[in-house]
Amino acid sequence: MNSRLKIIAAAVGAFLGLAMLAHTPTASAAEVKSLRGDAPLTEENAAPLVMGYKEGGTHARNFRQQPPLIPHKIEKYEIDLKVNQCLYCHDWSNNKKMGAPQISETHYIDRDGRRLDVVAGTRWFCNQCHVPQTDAEPLVENQFAPASQTR
Amino acid sequence: MSDRDDLQGGPLERLWRFFTRPSARWSLGALLGVGAVAGVLFWGGFNWAMEATNNEAFCVSCHEMRENVYAEYRGTIHDANASGVRATCPDCHVPKEWTHKMIRKIQASNEIYHKLLGTVSTPEKFEAERLRLATNVWTAMKKTDSRECRNCHNFVAMDVAQQGERARNVHLLAAQKQQTCIDCHKGIAHKLPAGAFEAERALNQKFDAMNKPH
Repeated sequence: MNSRLKIIAAAVGAFLGLAMLAHTPTASAAEVKSLRGDAPLTEENAAPLVMGYKEGGTHARNFRQQPPLIPHKIEKYEIDLKVNQCLYCHDWSNNKKMGAPQISETHYIDRDGRRLDVVAGTRWFCNQCHVPQTDAEPLVENQFAPASQTR
Repeated sequence: MSDRDDLQGGPLERLWRFFTRPSARWSLGALLGVGAVAGVLFWGGFNWAMEATNNEAFCVSCHEMRENVYAEYRGTIHDANASGVRATCPDCHVPKEWTHKMIRKIQASNEIYHKLLGTVSTPEKFEAERLRLATNVWTAMKKTDSRECRNCHNFVAMDVAQQGERARNVHLLAAQKQQTCIDCHKGIAHKLPAGAFEAERALNQKFDAMNKPH
């Protein structure tokens, strides 16, 4: 009975000791590296690059069914449940007056194949597919070529 | 019946006499001095009250403004930009010229009434009224040829060469067609209401009909 208690006590003691060891910080402060490397606290990171938007003209398509890219800034344009400001110029009812390309006819057909006068709900959020381009260089070198050239 | 003049007649009559009778007790100097000091205090206090109720901090002291229109305004070009010049609530919504400013300030008493009624006290109530409220502002801006915008922006001083291609074309055309800022620049500081484009068309038709030569 007594020896059994001793064994249990020894096991518990060893477990607690191991647990404490595991929690003891082993690395010294000098070895800790922050995500941004060895930089001292007072040093500030370089400002991120601000890329200019490519504006004017049109962007060529890189593959047959690519959604056309937007050749202008779209910051602050409201696209939500209530309003879609893209339609202010690109809807069929406005585009001639505003001198803007008209939204594709397919975007006026809803998922049941009905032809509508207003842009279908399934096509409402333009920037799910259509995006502006900046003059950012690719971060990694690559051999991308437009589809038409690899045929 | 007393034989004193100032106790005879009705209250209006007595008041009139009080103002028209020359003072026999106070010197002209004392009357002028007291009048001048009272005038300065009154006019100073009046202007102080005008200014105290004509700044951003006052406008957003109501939760209706702070949680709806002000929250939307934060981060727009008139709130934060490269040069740090800001246009706050009264810069766009209260005229600078004295007469127009007074008229707007008197109209604002209606807003206090609706604050008490709680007309837009929740985001849902505000959203329900948004089209009406926005149309009010658009109509006012169209009537005044976007006067508050033109306190800072001016077609004549606008260097279109420095603008993007789209902005340049449209601004040149707009100046020719005698359009005003608000004709296009809706929803630049606040979110647009549902049905904004239809409301805009109706508003333009209304103004075109009004301005048509008979």
